[in-house]
This record gives sequence, structure tokens and C-alpha cells, in this order.
Amino acid sequence: MGAMQMTFSDEKKPTPTSGKVKMAARDVKVFYGDNEAIHGVNMDIMENEVVAFIGPSGCGKSTFLRCLNRMNDTIDICRVTGKVTLDERDIYDKSLDVVQLRAQVGMVFQKPNPFPKSIYENIVYGPKLHGLVNSKSDMDEIVESSLQRAGLWKEVKDRLDSPGTGLSGGQQQRLCIARAIAVSPEVILMDEPCSALDPIATSIIEELIDELKGSYTIAIVTHNMQQAARVSDKTAFFHMGDLVEISETREIFTNPKDRRTEDYITGRFG
Amino acid sequence: MTTSTQITSEMSLAEKRDIMQQRVAKSLKRRHAQETRFKMIGMGAVGLALAFVVILFATILSKGLPAFWQAHITLDVYFDPDVIKIDDKPVRQSTESEAAFNQRMLAWQTQLGFVNFNRIILDSLEKVIPDAKAYQRDAMRLVTSGERFALRGMVEENPSIIGQTLKLNLLADANVDVWIKDNIDRSLPDAQQQLSAKTRQWVDELEARGIIQNKFSTALFMNPDSRSSLASAGLAGAFMGSVMMMLIVMFLAVPVGVASAIYLEEFAPKNKLTDLIEVNINNLAAVPSIVFGLLGASVFILWFKLPLSAPIVGGLVLSLMTLPTVIIATRSNLKAIPPSIRQAALGIGASKVQSVFHHVLPLAIPGILTGAILGVAQALGESAPLLLIGMSSFVASVPSTPFDQSTALPVQIYLWQGNELRNFFEARTSAAIIVLLSLMISLNALAIWLRKRFETRW
Repeated sequence: MGAMQMTFSDEKKPTPTSGKVKMAARDVKVFYGDNEAIHGVNMDIMENEVVAFIGPSGCGKSTFLRCLNRMNDTIDICRVTGKVTLDERDIYDKSLDVVQLRAQVGMVFQKPNPFPKSIYENIVYGPKLHGLVNSKSDMDEIVESSLQRAGLWKEVKDRLDSPGTGLSGGQQQRLCIARAIAVSPEVILMDEPCSALDPIATSIIEELIDELKGSYTIAIVTHNMQQAARVSDKTAFFHMGDLVEISETREIFTNPKDRRTEDYITGRFG
Repeated sequence: MTTSTQITSEMSLAEKRDIMQQRVAKSLKRRHAQETRFKMIGMGAVGLALAFVVILFATILSKGLPAFWQAHITLDVYFDPDVIKIDDKPVRQSTESEAAFNQRMLAWQTQLGFVNFNRIILDSLEKVIPDAKAYQRDAMRLVTSGERFALRGMVEENPSIIGQTLKLNLLADANVDVWIKDNIDRSLPDAQQQLSAKTRQWVDELEARGIIQNKFSTALFMNPDSRSSLASAGLAGAFMGSVMMMLIVMFLAVPVGVASAIYLEEFAPKNKLTDLIEVNINNLAAVPSIVFGLLGASVFILWFKLPLSAPIVGGLVLSLMTLPTVIIATRSNLKAIPPSIRQAALGIGASKVQSVFHHVLPLAIPGILTGAILGVAQALGESAPLLLIGMSSFVASVPSTPFDQSTALPVQIYLWQGNELRNFFEARTSAAIIVLLSLMISLNALAIWLRKRFETRW
């Protein structure tokens, strides 16, 4: 493994994890119609840590990520079995409202998808929806703090009324992250957030993820192994619907236990 | 370099490439020819279509526009107290009951109804044609018969004009209009002319003296249809009927259609039942409109006992007909909204309803409005189903409620084009078409304006 130059997350800043399990998956299977896309995944995600999901295209990493805030519910033919918990509570339980879940588990998508409204409205939409803000000053505050956290405030503070869709790709994605953190979620799911961005925008987002860890639990799907190495504490390798292995990121990249993991990270397939 | 066009295995790569280049060059010519041919056909088709549109508008406008100007006779009308012998118009006393007052009013109106207003017109004509009274029948053919009721209406409105002389523009008879517009062959023998030789001679004379003139006429817009006084036949009844039906379609078909489309597209589970519904909606859109007329006749008239020839029934039938169009247009516009917007809303914790009503629908609104308005415009131009619910009957009044008898603009066009006095009604039919087309064009313009107004830039 010596040929590959990797920078690891723990070389920059150690993540203060509490050692508490934030989300857990037990024997999670996902079916699209009769086709089983994920074959029983078990995983623990610790509070305030960053977990990267890697694996070749079609391995089920995005599908699994979408199980964590029940986005798969929106697909008619999709069925999920097994158990997923958030703070030891089953998120597929009938008594749990999916709206409440998604306020706790936010999501950032592959393609930046700001609402075709102003930057300001993009941010306040979520807080308004959940009744987190009452007055104009609350809203102004949440807009500023969210944009600050997403590192976008300086760039857009003078044009909060201009449409969010008018920003550049990287700015749009940071706006989407700001929108997600505006509702103060506990977990943020990111589905290949940088795949539509250029390297500079990507590095800004990576720095942002680095900033956010410690306050949020983050699960990120990525195709870019360097990115996984740079931003994550743990890495999970998926292959053909199986979770092949999950462990400390450094461990996965320097000393993979499974043959398939090694083949993938050394570029033999993927 | 080889002249052969066959590629063989012993050739060098350069040779093979050479032959390939030649083949590409050869095929290029054919491809360009194909492209040119296709462009020519396309341009020809567009040109042909445009030519027909131009011909259509040119004929309709050239025929219809003159009908907005009608022959009028300017006369000094003396409201002769010797002819109009009536009591004073009753005024309601404070002690009088309403019924008693109405009775007195009715008696006065009956008295007025017996007044010979033809006499008033004849007297007025005598001032410009000295021998009018000698040829009374010929003289009375100059002014359209409806004008005597117009004079009566003036007196009823304001009895103080009795004894006065007013300069009035009386609408000339339809045949006078035809004659001065040269819409009839002047060389035809007397037996084939609609007007007697005497009348024709007077018309020419009065026209030369400037007493008969073509003036812009409001009769076409203000009057309902008429068969006794053809020159005053107008579109008011049909226009009101059409407007009422249009409103019914707008307030019935559009909300119901949009609501069902939103439900079917966004909320309904995808199963056999919804598939069946979808197939049926698509089929309904293709059902000939006359079938909806049959449905209306049997359900709304025979079963619900709604009145015949009423805009309410027409509106309901046209609503049914427009529903599939609105549903299909709305669904395709909802489908066109990218799923990323829904995901964004759901991901932030919006419920399904919130994601649809806050994000998807506002983006789809311009397209939905356009579809809905085009559906309404289509309904406005529909005549076949209306024939089956009695709206093709002759109605000489303007409806004041949707339950009154009425016709519709397209049906009125159909009725007029079949009128016996072709020379006069050909122009009037075209004028009615102009009115209908203007209404449609304004609706389409409204659709375009709304689309621009609500469009969200991405």
C-alpha cells in the first residue's frame, strides 16, 4: 500500500467522539420490487463521527444511506426490512413520524438542489416548517448562523434576496448544507456531495465537513477514496449489496482485512 | 494508392483509411441531400399551413368586417301626440301597494303596445319621400321591423319625448343593406329581387342624398338573435350563453381537474386501479365531443331535470369534456418538475403535502394554467355537444341566469350560416366568427401572459 499518498483525517484534527452509538443498523435489507439490493447490513455509527461509505457503482452505498432517513419511502417499489435505530429508537417504527426523523437526520444530495427561491428563503424554509422561528429577527439570525457555518456568509450576505439557483455549483452545494443545518439536525447524510463539483469547490466542502464534525454525526457516500481518507474517521466498504468491512479509515486504507477491499482501494476494480 | 473500394485484409492501415475516407465522402453527399430534402419538406409544410391560415383570416375578415357597418336611415322622427295617445306614465303613490302599482303599470304598457309606431315611421319617411304614403308597403320595407319596438322602448323609457322631433338613425332593412352593399346582382329581374322596384329606386335616391348611410352598428353586439327583423339580429344572447358556460367550465373543470391530477400524480398509490383510471382518462380525452352531448342530455336533462337549452347544462357537459384535457395537461406539467426539488423538500423534513404545495405546484403552475386555459378555449369553440342539449334552438332573448334559454357563439354561427337570407347572413356569420376568434385569441393571450407572469427562472 506504500505507493498511494493518503492524507488521513486524524492527522488534521482528532474527532471528539463520546463513544455513544448514534445510529445503528441491524440486518438491513432493501428490495426494489423482487430484487434484493442490500443483503443484511449491520453497522454502528458513533455520535459526532464521520463515516464514509465507499464502493463501486451500484454496490448499494447510496441505497443504504437513504435508509437512514427513510428517503427510500418515496420510491414506491422500495421495501426495507431489518432495524435502523436513532438513539436506540427504531426509525421504521409506526409511531415515529418521518417528518420528525428527517428534522433530526438531514440530507445533502449528489446534485445541488436549492429551491428556485431566494437564498434567504432556502435557509428559512426548514426552520419555518418545523416552527423553529417565530420572528423576523429569529430568521435573520438562523440565516446568518447557518450560512456562517457553511462558509457561505461572506460570499452571499449582500445578495440574500437573489435566487439560490443563481449561485455557482459549489456555492449551491454549500447553500444546501446550510439549509440542512438550519434545522439543527443531529445527523447529516451526504450522498456524493462533491461529485458535481470542481476540485476547488470540493476542497472547500471537505474543509466544511471537517468544521462540522464534532457537532454533527456525518455519513458521507463518496467515489473519491482520497476524500474518504481525508474527511472520515471510519470507512465502510460496500460491494454488491454487502457491507464488506467497516473500521477506522486508516485501518481500511493501510491494512484492509478483506481481499475485495484491498482490490478496490488499490484500483484493481471499481 | 489503390482504386479498389473493397477493404481486404492484406491492405496497410493507410490504405484502409484512404478507402474509408472515400466512402465517408461519398455518403456525405447523400446525407446532405437527405437533410436538404427534409428541410424543404418541412418548410413546405409550414408554408402551406401558413398560407391556409392567411387565406382563412383574409376571407373571414374581408367578409365579416363589413357586417359591423350597417345601412342606417337618418330621419327626423316626430313623436306625434295624435298617434301616441296614452295616459301619463304611472308613478307609484306612497299609499299604493306594489301589486296595485304593477297592475297600473301593466295597463299603461298595454296601452302603449296598441300605439301604431309604424305610422310614426311612415310619417317620418314622408318627409324625405313625398310619395311614401302612396306606396306604404314599399316604404315600410326601408326600415327594419324591429325599429318600431325600439321607438316604443324610447317612449316607455321617457314619455316626455312625445311631441318632440328627434333626429334618429334607424336601422335599415336587411335587404336594403344587401342592396347598397351590392351583395345582390342588380341586373336580376323584379321577380327575383327581394325589394320592389319602387323601394330599390328610393334606396338609391336616399343613398345619393346621404340619408341612407353605412354606419357602425352596435346591433350585432347588443341584440339577441331575431328572425322577424333580420337587420337587428345580434350575438348578445349567444355571447352571454358562451360566457356563462365558460365561467362554469373554469370554476368546475379546472379546480376538479387540477385537484384530481395532483392526487393521481403525487399521492395515489401506483396499482392496477390507478393504472385503469389513467387509461380511462386518456381514452376520455379522445371521446368525440358529441358523445358528451348525449351523456348530458340523458343525465342532466332527463335525470336531473335541468332545463333544455340552458347554459348550466352546456357548462356541465363542456366541463366533463374538458376534464380529461385539464388532468392530462396538469399531470404532464407535474411530471416535468425534477425529482430533486421534491427530494430537497422531503430531505429537510417537509411532509409529502408540503413538498407538493410549497415547491412542486408553484413551479408547475404556469404550465397548468396554460393547459387549463387552452382546455377552456377548446370548450368555448365546441358546438356538437350543445346541439344535443337543445342549445341550437332559436332564442330571441339574452339569458340573465344560467338556467335561462340560450345559445352559444359557435352554435349561433351554425344557425346563421343556414339562414335563408344568405346575402345578408354570409357577412354576419363571418362577423360572428370574428367575435368568437377574438374571444379565443384573448384567452390564449391570457394563457401566455399568465405563463410569463408566474414563470420561475432556474
